[in-house]
Amino acid sequence: MIALLKRDLRLALRAGGGFGLGLAFFLIVVVLVPFGVGPERAVLRPIAPGILWIGALLAALLSLDRIFALDHEDGSLALLATSPLPLEAAGLVKASAHWITTGLPLTIAAPFFGFLLLMQPEAYGYLLLSLLIGTPALSMIGTFGAALTVGLRRGGLLLSLLVLPLYVPTLIFGAEAVRRGAAGLDASGALILQGGITAGCFAILPFATAAVLRINLR
Amino acid sequence: MSMWEYANPRLFMSWTRPVLPWTFGLAGVCLVVGLVWGFFFTPDDFRQGSTVKIIYLHVPSALMAINAWIMMLVASLIWVVRRHHVSALAARAAAPVGVVMTLIALWTGAVWGQPMWGTWWAWDPRLTSFLILFLFYLGYIALWEAIEDPDTAADLTAILCIVGSIFAILSRYAVFFWNQGLHQGASLSLDAEKNVADVFYYPLLICIAGFVLLFLALVLMRTRTEIRARRIKALQARGQDA
Repeated sequence: MIALLKRDLRLALRAGGGFGLGLAFFLIVVVLVPFGVGPERAVLRPIAPGILWIGALLAALLSLDRIFALDHEDGSLALLATSPLPLEAAGLVKASAHWITTGLPLTIAAPFFGFLLLMQPEAYGYLLLSLLIGTPALSMIGTFGAALTVGLRRGGLLLSLLVLPLYVPTLIFGAEAVRRGAAGLDASGALILQGGITAGCFAILPFATAAVLRINLR
Repeated sequence: MSMWEYANPRLFMSWTRPVLPWTFGLAGVCLVVGLVWGFFFTPDDFRQGSTVKIIYLHVPSALMAINAWIMMLVASLIWVVRRHHVSALAARAAAPVGVVMTLIALWTGAVWGQPMWGTWWAWDPRLTSFLILFLFYLGYIALWEAIEDPDTAADLTAILCIVGSIFAILSRYAVFFWNQGLHQGASLSLDAEKNVADVFYYPLLICIAGFVLLFLALVLMRTRTEIRARRIKALQARGQDA
Protein backbone atom coordinates (compact mmCIF):
# COMPACT_ATOMS: atom_id res chain seq x y z
CA MET A 1 0.00 0.00 0.00
CA ILE A 2 2.75 2.39 1.01
CA ALA A 3 4.64 1.61 -2.18
CA LEU A 4 1.57 2.31 -4.28
CA LEU A 5 0.96 5.57 -2.43
CA LYS A 6 4.56 6.64 -2.99
CA ARG A 7 4.36 5.72 -6.65
CA ASP A 8 1.17 7.70 -7.16
CA LEU A 9 2.54 10.73 -5.37
CA ARG A 10 5.75 10.62 -7.36
CA LEU A 11 3.81 10.33 -10.61
CA ALA A 12 1.61 13.28 -9.67
CA LEU A 13 4.64 15.38 -8.84
CA ARG A 14 6.71 14.53 -11.90
CA ALA A 15 3.86 14.70 -14.36
CA GLY A 16 3.80 18.38 -13.50
CA GLY A 17 0.86 20.26 -12.18
CA GLY A 18 -0.17 17.58 -9.71
CA PHE A 19 -0.08 20.05 -6.86
CA GLY A 20 -0.12 23.26 -8.81
CA LEU A 21 -2.95 22.89 -11.23
CA GLY A 22 -5.72 22.45 -8.67
CA LEU A 23 -4.42 25.35 -6.63
CA ALA A 24 -4.13 27.62 -9.67
CA PHE A 25 -7.68 26.71 -10.63
CA PHE A 26 -8.86 27.48 -7.11
CA LEU A 27 -7.09 30.84 -7.25
CA ILE A 28 -8.71 31.70 -10.58
CA VAL A 29 -12.19 30.84 -9.31
CA VAL A 30 -11.63 33.04 -6.28
CA VAL A 31 -10.31 35.90 -8.41
CA LEU A 32 -13.22 35.67 -10.82
CA VAL A 33 -15.86 35.97 -8.12
CA PRO A 34 -15.31 39.67 -7.34
CA PHE A 35 -15.52 40.42 -11.06
CA GLY A 36 -18.83 38.62 -11.14
CA VAL A 37 -20.51 39.94 -8.03
CA GLY A 38 -18.67 43.19 -7.37
CA PRO A 39 -15.74 43.98 -5.07
CA GLU A 40 -17.67 45.49 -2.11
CA ARG A 41 -16.96 44.07 1.29
CA ALA A 42 -20.68 43.88 2.11
CA VAL A 43 -21.23 41.62 -0.90
CA LEU A 44 -18.13 39.46 -0.67
CA ARG A 45 -17.99 38.80 3.04
CA PRO A 46 -21.23 36.83 3.43
CA ILE A 47 -20.64 34.68 0.35
CA ALA A 48 -16.94 33.99 0.98
CA PRO A 49 -17.41 30.68 2.89
CA GLY A 50 -19.65 29.28 0.16
CA ILE A 51 -17.38 30.43 -2.67
CA LEU A 52 -14.32 28.95 -1.00
CA TRP A 53 -16.07 25.62 -0.54
CA ILE A 54 -17.38 25.55 -4.09
CA GLY A 55 -13.94 26.48 -5.40
CA ALA A 56 -12.35 23.66 -3.42
CA LEU A 57 -14.97 21.25 -4.72
CA LEU A 58 -14.42 22.22 -8.35
CA ALA A 59 -10.66 22.10 -7.98
CA ALA A 60 -10.93 18.59 -6.52
CA LEU A 61 -13.20 17.61 -9.41
CA LEU A 62 -10.67 18.84 -11.94
CA SER A 63 -8.08 16.19 -11.21
CA LEU A 64 -10.45 13.27 -10.67
CA ASP A 65 -10.30 11.72 -14.12
CA ARG A 66 -6.53 11.31 -13.74
CA ILE A 67 -6.95 8.93 -10.80
CA PHE A 68 -7.50 5.80 -12.86
CA ALA A 69 -7.41 6.87 -16.50
CA LEU A 70 -3.62 6.82 -16.97
CA ASP A 71 -3.24 3.53 -15.13
CA HIS A 72 -6.01 2.09 -17.23
CA GLU A 73 -4.35 3.16 -20.47
CA ASP A 74 -0.92 1.67 -19.75
CA GLY A 75 -2.35 -1.48 -18.20
CA SER A 76 -1.06 -0.99 -14.69
CA LEU A 77 -4.62 -0.98 -13.39
CA ALA A 78 -5.00 -4.58 -14.55
CA LEU A 79 -1.72 -5.40 -12.79
CA LEU A 80 -3.07 -3.79 -9.64
CA ALA A 81 -6.19 -5.91 -9.85
CA THR A 82 -4.19 -9.13 -10.06
CA SER A 83 -1.67 -8.14 -7.37
CA PRO A 84 -2.04 -9.54 -3.82
CA LEU A 85 -3.21 -6.12 -2.65
CA PRO A 86 -7.02 -6.15 -2.48
CA LEU A 87 -8.66 -3.75 -4.90
CA GLU A 88 -10.50 -2.10 -2.01
CA ALA A 89 -7.15 -1.08 -0.51
CA ALA A 90 -5.95 0.11 -3.91
CA GLY A 91 -9.01 2.36 -4.16
CA LEU A 92 -8.33 3.70 -0.70
CA VAL A 93 -4.71 4.43 -1.61
CA LYS A 94 -5.74 6.16 -4.82
CA ALA A 95 -8.16 8.35 -2.87
CA SER A 96 -5.44 9.16 -0.32
CA ALA A 97 -3.00 10.10 -3.05
CA HIS A 98 -5.64 12.34 -4.62
CA TRP A 99 -6.30 13.95 -1.26
CA ILE A 100 -2.61 14.57 -0.57
CA THR A 101 -2.12 16.15 -3.98
CA THR A 102 -5.31 18.24 -4.08
CA GLY A 103 -7.31 18.23 -0.83
CA LEU A 104 -4.42 18.97 1.49
CA PRO A 105 -2.92 21.86 -0.55
CA LEU A 106 -6.40 23.32 -1.00
CA THR A 107 -6.99 23.18 2.73
CA ILE A 108 -3.70 24.88 3.50
CA ALA A 109 -4.18 27.53 0.81
CA ALA A 110 -7.84 28.28 1.51
CA PRO A 111 -7.25 30.82 4.33
CA PHE A 112 -5.04 32.88 2.00
CA PHE A 113 -7.83 32.91 -0.54
CA GLY A 114 -10.10 33.91 2.31
CA PHE A 115 -8.15 37.18 2.49
CA LEU A 116 -8.94 37.85 -1.15
CA LEU A 117 -12.64 37.44 -0.45
CA LEU A 118 -12.40 39.65 2.67
CA MET A 119 -13.66 36.90 4.95
CA GLN A 120 -14.17 37.55 8.68
CA PRO A 121 -11.06 36.73 10.73
CA GLU A 122 -13.07 34.49 13.09
CA ALA A 123 -13.99 32.14 10.24
CA TYR A 124 -10.46 31.08 9.25
CA GLY A 125 -10.14 28.36 11.87
CA TYR A 126 -13.50 26.90 10.89
CA LEU A 127 -12.59 27.05 7.22
CA LEU A 128 -9.39 25.10 7.84
CA LEU A 129 -11.11 22.59 10.07
CA SER A 130 -14.10 21.99 7.81
CA LEU A 131 -11.92 21.58 4.72
CA LEU A 132 -9.64 19.24 6.62
CA ILE A 133 -12.63 17.09 7.61
CA GLY A 134 -14.53 17.39 4.33
CA THR A 135 -11.95 17.11 1.53
CA PRO A 136 -11.12 13.43 2.24
CA ALA A 137 -14.79 12.66 1.56
CA LEU A 138 -14.55 14.61 -1.71
CA SER A 139 -11.54 12.52 -2.74
CA MET A 140 -13.22 9.23 -1.81
CA ILE A 141 -16.47 10.07 -3.63
CA GLY A 142 -14.45 11.27 -6.59
CA THR A 143 -12.45 8.05 -6.68
CA PHE A 144 -15.69 6.11 -6.86
CA GLY A 145 -16.89 8.33 -9.71
CA ALA A 146 -13.55 7.98 -11.52
CA ALA A 147 -13.75 4.20 -11.17
CA LEU A 148 -17.27 4.27 -12.65
CA THR A 149 -16.17 6.12 -15.77
CA VAL A 150 -12.70 4.63 -16.23
CA GLY A 151 -13.46 2.67 -19.38
CA LEU A 152 -15.23 5.51 -21.15
CA ARG A 153 -13.55 7.52 -23.84
CA ARG A 154 -14.92 10.88 -22.82
CA GLY A 155 -15.82 10.29 -19.21
CA GLY A 156 -14.85 13.71 -17.89
CA LEU A 157 -18.16 15.45 -18.41
CA LEU A 158 -20.15 12.44 -17.28
CA LEU A 159 -17.90 12.21 -14.23
CA SER A 160 -18.89 15.69 -13.08
CA LEU A 161 -22.59 14.92 -13.61
CA LEU A 162 -22.25 11.78 -11.49
CA VAL A 163 -20.02 13.14 -8.76
CA LEU A 164 -21.38 16.64 -8.10
CA PRO A 165 -24.78 15.53 -6.76
CA LEU A 166 -22.93 13.17 -4.42
CA TYR A 167 -20.95 16.16 -3.11
CA VAL A 168 -24.09 17.93 -1.91
CA PRO A 169 -24.14 16.81 1.76
CA THR A 170 -20.43 17.50 2.26
CA LEU A 171 -20.79 20.93 0.69
CA ILE A 172 -23.83 21.84 2.79
CA PHE A 173 -22.25 20.92 6.09
CA GLY A 174 -18.85 22.36 5.19
CA ALA A 175 -20.13 25.75 4.08
CA GLU A 176 -22.59 25.80 6.97
CA ALA A 177 -19.82 25.22 9.49
CA VAL A 178 -17.78 28.13 8.10
CA ARG A 179 -20.83 30.39 7.92
CA ARG A 180 -21.73 29.64 11.53
CA GLY A 181 -18.13 30.19 12.55
CA ALA A 182 -18.12 33.55 10.77
CA ALA A 183 -21.33 34.55 12.52
CA GLY A 184 -19.89 33.56 15.89
CA LEU A 185 -22.33 30.68 16.37
CA ASP A 186 -21.59 27.15 17.50
CA ALA A 187 -20.40 25.20 14.46
CA SER A 188 -19.62 21.91 16.15
CA GLY A 189 -22.88 20.27 15.01
CA ALA A 190 -22.13 20.83 11.33
CA LEU A 191 -18.52 19.72 11.78
CA ILE A 192 -19.55 16.52 13.56
CA LEU A 193 -22.11 15.67 10.86
CA GLN A 194 -19.49 16.34 8.22
CA GLY A 195 -17.08 14.07 10.02
CA GLY A 196 -19.79 11.42 10.07
CA ILE A 197 -20.23 11.70 6.30
CA THR A 198 -16.49 11.42 5.74
CA ALA A 199 -16.27 8.37 7.99
CA GLY A 200 -19.25 6.80 6.24
CA CYS A 201 -17.68 7.43 2.83
CA PHE A 202 -14.51 5.67 3.92
CA ALA A 203 -16.51 2.78 5.33
CA ILE A 204 -18.66 2.14 2.24
CA LEU A 205 -17.11 3.60 -0.87
CA PRO A 206 -13.87 1.56 -1.11
CA PHE A 207 -16.04 -1.52 -1.59
CA ALA A 208 -18.20 0.17 -4.21
CA THR A 209 -15.05 1.46 -5.93
CA ALA A 210 -13.48 -2.00 -6.00
CA ALA A 211 -16.69 -3.59 -7.29
CA VAL A 212 -16.95 -1.01 -10.06
CA LEU A 213 -13.30 -1.46 -11.02
CA ARG A 214 -13.72 -5.23 -11.24
CA ILE A 215 -16.70 -4.75 -13.57
CA ASN A 216 -14.78 -2.29 -15.72
CA LEU A 217 -11.75 -4.55 -15.98
CA ARG A 218 -13.78 -7.63 -16.86
CA MET B 1 -42.67 -22.68 -10.23
CA SER B 2 -41.14 -19.82 -8.32
CA MET B 3 -41.94 -16.19 -8.90
CA TRP B 4 -38.54 -15.74 -10.53
CA GLU B 5 -39.74 -17.79 -13.49
CA TYR B 6 -41.99 -14.91 -14.49
CA ALA B 7 -38.89 -12.79 -14.95
CA ASN B 8 -37.66 -15.02 -17.73
CA PRO B 9 -37.64 -12.70 -20.76
CA ARG B 10 -39.77 -14.98 -22.94
CA LEU B 11 -42.35 -15.56 -20.21
CA PHE B 12 -42.22 -11.88 -19.29
CA MET B 13 -43.06 -10.95 -22.88
CA SER B 14 -45.95 -13.42 -23.00
CA TRP B 15 -47.60 -12.45 -19.72
CA THR B 16 -47.15 -8.72 -20.15
CA ARG B 17 -48.77 -8.70 -23.61
CA PRO B 18 -52.31 -9.27 -22.32
CA VAL B 19 -51.73 -7.40 -19.06
CA LEU B 20 -50.38 -4.22 -20.63
CA PRO B 21 -53.58 -2.91 -22.31
CA TRP B 22 -55.51 -3.53 -19.10
CA THR B 23 -52.98 -1.60 -17.06
CA PHE B 24 -53.11 1.31 -19.50
CA GLY B 25 -56.90 1.16 -19.55
CA LEU B 26 -57.24 1.09 -15.78
CA ALA B 27 -54.71 3.91 -15.44
CA GLY B 28 -56.69 5.96 -17.96
CA VAL B 29 -60.00 5.33 -16.17
CA CYS B 30 -58.53 6.19 -12.77
CA LEU B 31 -56.87 9.34 -14.07
CA VAL B 32 -59.96 10.56 -15.90
CA VAL B 33 -62.30 9.84 -12.97
CA GLY B 34 -59.88 11.20 -10.38
CA LEU B 35 -58.94 14.34 -12.28
CA VAL B 36 -62.48 15.19 -13.45
CA TRP B 37 -63.84 14.57 -9.96
CA GLY B 38 -60.98 16.54 -8.47
CA PHE B 39 -61.12 19.48 -10.83
CA PHE B 40 -64.87 19.92 -11.30
CA PHE B 41 -66.69 18.31 -8.40
CA THR B 42 -64.75 19.39 -5.34
CA PRO B 43 -65.25 22.71 -3.59
CA ASP B 44 -62.59 25.40 -3.58
CA ASP B 45 -60.47 25.58 -0.46
CA PHE B 46 -61.41 28.49 1.77
CA ARG B 47 -57.87 29.80 1.88
CA GLN B 48 -56.21 28.57 -1.28
CA GLY B 49 -59.18 28.93 -3.60
CA SER B 50 -59.11 26.80 -6.73
CA THR B 51 -55.32 26.44 -6.68
CA VAL B 52 -55.73 23.62 -4.18
CA LYS B 53 -56.67 21.42 -7.10
CA ILE B 54 -53.09 21.18 -8.27
CA ILE B 55 -52.61 18.51 -5.59
CA TYR B 56 -54.30 16.01 -7.90
CA LEU B 57 -51.24 16.24 -10.13
CA HIS B 58 -48.61 17.39 -7.67
CA VAL B 59 -48.94 14.86 -4.86
CA PRO B 60 -49.21 11.71 -7.04
CA SER B 61 -46.34 12.72 -9.31
CA ALA B 62 -44.10 13.59 -6.36
CA LEU B 63 -44.98 10.25 -4.80
CA MET B 64 -44.17 8.38 -8.00
CA ALA B 65 -40.92 10.29 -8.52
CA ILE B 66 -39.64 8.87 -5.23
CA ASN B 67 -41.22 5.44 -5.72
CA ALA B 68 -39.68 5.13 -9.17
CA TRP B 69 -36.24 5.59 -7.63
CA ILE B 70 -37.07 3.02 -4.93
CA MET B 71 -38.24 0.63 -7.62
CA MET B 72 -34.97 1.19 -9.50
CA LEU B 73 -33.07 0.50 -6.29
CA VAL B 74 -34.94 -2.77 -5.72
CA ALA B 75 -34.47 -3.80 -9.35
CA SER B 76 -30.76 -2.95 -9.13
CA LEU B 77 -30.39 -5.04 -5.99
CA ILE B 78 -32.15 -7.95 -7.70
CA TRP B 79 -29.82 -7.58 -10.67
CA VAL B 80 -26.74 -7.52 -8.44
CA VAL B 81 -27.86 -10.53 -6.41
CA ARG B 82 -29.74 -12.73 -8.87
CA ARG B 83 -28.63 -11.34 -12.24
CA HIS B 84 -32.06 -11.31 -13.82
CA HIS B 85 -31.69 -9.39 -17.04
CA VAL B 86 -35.29 -8.24 -17.02
CA SER B 87 -34.69 -6.61 -13.67
CA ALA B 88 -31.82 -4.50 -15.00
CA LEU B 89 -33.85 -3.55 -18.05
CA ALA B 90 -36.81 -2.61 -15.87
CA ALA B 91 -34.57 -0.31 -13.83
CA ARG B 92 -33.38 1.28 -17.04
CA ALA B 93 -36.96 1.61 -18.27
CA ALA B 94 -38.13 3.26 -15.04
CA ALA B 95 -35.53 6.05 -15.00
CA PRO B 96 -36.98 8.31 -17.75
CA VAL B 97 -40.47 7.87 -16.30
CA GLY B 98 -39.08 8.91 -12.93
CA VAL B 99 -37.48 11.99 -14.48
CA VAL B 100 -40.77 13.05 -16.02
CA MET B 101 -42.59 12.51 -12.72
CA THR B 102 -39.97 14.64 -10.95
CA LEU B 103 -40.38 17.36 -13.55
CA ILE B 104 -44.18 17.28 -13.25
CA ALA B 105 -43.90 17.57 -9.48
CA LEU B 106 -41.42 20.46 -9.72
CA TRP B 107 -43.44 22.24 -12.40
CA THR B 108 -46.85 21.90 -10.76
CA GLY B 109 -45.24 22.97 -7.50
CA ALA B 110 -43.90 26.09 -9.19
CA VAL B 111 -47.27 26.84 -10.77
CA TRP B 112 -48.92 26.48 -7.38
CA GLY B 113 -46.20 28.35 -5.52
CA GLN B 114 -46.37 31.42 -7.74
CA PRO B 115 -49.83 32.62 -6.54
CA MET B 116 -49.55 31.06 -3.07
CA TRP B 117 -46.01 31.83 -1.94
CA GLY B 118 -45.49 34.65 -4.45
CA THR B 119 -42.50 32.90 -5.99
CA TRP B 120 -41.84 30.24 -8.61
CA TRP B 121 -38.99 28.76 -6.71
CA ALA B 122 -37.74 28.79 -3.15
CA TRP B 123 -34.66 27.12 -1.74
CA ASP B 124 -36.78 25.05 0.53
CA PRO B 125 -35.61 21.60 1.72
CA ARG B 126 -38.28 19.64 -0.09
CA LEU B 127 -37.95 21.55 -3.34
CA THR B 128 -34.18 21.40 -3.22
CA SER B 129 -34.02 17.69 -2.49
CA PHE B 130 -36.32 17.10 -5.44
CA LEU B 131 -33.99 19.06 -7.66
CA ILE B 132 -31.11 16.92 -6.43
CA LEU B 133 -33.17 13.79 -7.08
CA PHE B 134 -33.64 15.09 -10.64
CA LEU B 135 -29.85 15.41 -11.00
CA PHE B 136 -29.40 11.85 -9.72
CA TYR B 137 -31.83 10.63 -12.38
CA LEU B 138 -29.91 12.51 -15.08
CA GLY B 139 -26.60 11.01 -13.99
CA TYR B 140 -28.10 7.53 -13.89
CA ILE B 141 -29.55 7.81 -17.39
CA ALA B 142 -26.36 9.36 -18.75
CA LEU B 143 -24.30 6.46 -17.40
CA TRP B 144 -26.65 3.95 -19.05
CA GLU B 145 -26.29 5.76 -22.35
CA ALA B 146 -22.51 6.10 -22.14
CA ILE B 147 -21.59 2.43 -21.84
CA GLU B 148 -21.76 0.13 -24.83
CA ASP B 149 -21.72 -3.32 -23.28
CA PRO B 150 -25.20 -3.92 -21.79
CA ASP B 151 -24.08 -6.14 -18.91
CA THR B 152 -21.33 -3.77 -17.84
CA ALA B 153 -23.78 -0.89 -18.06
CA ALA B 154 -26.30 -2.79 -15.94
CA ASP B 155 -23.67 -3.57 -13.30
CA LEU B 156 -22.29 -0.05 -13.11
CA THR B 157 -25.68 1.67 -13.04
CA ALA B 158 -26.88 -0.76 -10.37
CA ILE B 159 -23.98 0.19 -8.11
CA LEU B 160 -24.49 3.88 -8.93
CA CYS B 161 -28.16 3.50 -8.00
CA ILE B 162 -27.32 1.89 -4.64
CA VAL B 163 -24.65 4.44 -3.75
CA GLY B 164 -26.84 7.25 -5.09
CA SER B 165 -29.70 6.16 -2.86
CA ILE B 166 -27.53 6.47 0.23
CA PHE B 167 -26.47 9.94 -0.83
CA ALA B 168 -29.99 10.95 -1.83
CA ILE B 169 -31.17 10.19 1.71
CA LEU B 170 -28.14 11.99 3.16
CA SER B 171 -28.77 15.02 0.96
CA ARG B 172 -32.38 15.13 2.00
CA TYR B 173 -31.52 15.41 5.69
CA ALA B 174 -28.54 17.65 5.02
CA VAL B 175 -30.83 20.01 3.14
CA PHE B 176 -33.23 20.14 6.10
CA PHE B 177 -30.32 21.12 8.29
CA TRP B 178 -29.32 23.76 5.78
CA ASN B 179 -32.57 25.66 5.50
CA GLN B 180 -35.88 25.73 7.26
CA GLY B 181 -38.80 25.02 5.00
CA LEU B 182 -41.60 26.87 3.36
CA HIS B 183 -43.33 23.72 2.13
CA GLN B 184 -46.27 22.44 4.14
CA GLY B 185 -46.20 19.06 5.83
CA ALA B 186 -47.23 15.85 4.14
CA SER B 187 -50.78 15.88 2.80
CA LEU B 188 -51.15 12.16 3.27
CA SER B 189 -49.71 9.71 5.72
CA LEU B 190 -50.86 6.54 7.36
CA ASP B 191 -50.29 7.52 10.96
CA ALA B 192 -51.35 11.17 10.92
CA GLU B 193 -54.59 11.97 12.68
CA LYS B 194 -55.60 14.55 10.17
CA ASN B 195 -55.07 14.13 6.46
CA VAL B 196 -56.57 16.44 3.88
CA ALA B 197 -60.33 16.82 4.22
CA ASP B 198 -62.48 13.96 2.91
CA VAL B 199 -63.82 15.91 -0.07
CA PHE B 200 -60.30 16.16 -1.44
CA TYR B 201 -59.17 12.81 -0.09
CA TYR B 202 -61.08 10.33 -2.28
CA PRO B 203 -60.37 11.88 -5.69
CA LEU B 204 -56.75 12.24 -4.59
CA LEU B 205 -56.56 8.54 -3.79
CA ILE B 206 -58.00 7.71 -7.20
CA CYS B 207 -55.45 10.00 -8.86
CA ILE B 208 -52.63 8.32 -6.96
CA ALA B 209 -53.91 4.92 -8.08
CA GLY B 210 -54.01 6.27 -11.63
CA PHE B 211 -50.41 7.48 -11.44
CA VAL B 212 -49.24 4.17 -9.96
CA LEU B 213 -50.96 2.25 -12.76
CA LEU B 214 -49.66 4.64 -15.38
CA PHE B 215 -46.13 4.20 -14.04
CA LEU B 216 -46.54 0.42 -14.08
CA ALA B 217 -47.88 0.46 -17.62
CA LEU B 218 -45.11 2.74 -18.90
CA VAL B 219 -42.39 0.69 -17.21
CA LEU B 220 -43.81 -2.57 -18.57
CA MET B 221 -44.05 -1.10 -22.05
CA ARG B 222 -40.54 0.33 -21.94
CA THR B 223 -39.17 -2.93 -20.55
CA ARG B 224 -40.76 -4.78 -23.43
CA THR B 225 -39.15 -2.33 -25.81
CA GLU B 226 -35.77 -2.84 -24.15
CA ILE B 227 -36.10 -6.62 -24.47
CA ARG B 228 -37.00 -6.29 -28.13
CA ALA B 229 -34.08 -3.93 -28.74
CA ARG B 230 -31.79 -6.42 -27.03
CA ARG B 231 -33.12 -9.22 -29.24
CA ILE B 232 -32.63 -7.19 -32.40
CA LYS B 233 -29.05 -6.46 -31.36
CA ALA B 234 -28.46 -10.16 -30.75
CA LEU B 235 -29.90 -11.02 -34.16
CA GLN B 236 -27.77 -8.39 -35.86
CA ALA B 237 -24.65 -9.67 -34.10
CA ARG B 238 -25.48 -13.17 -35.31
CA GLY B 239 -26.04 -11.87 -38.84
CA GLN B 240 -22.63 -10.22 -38.90
CA ASP B 241 -20.93 -13.44 -37.83
CA ALA B 242 -22.56 -15.50 -40.56
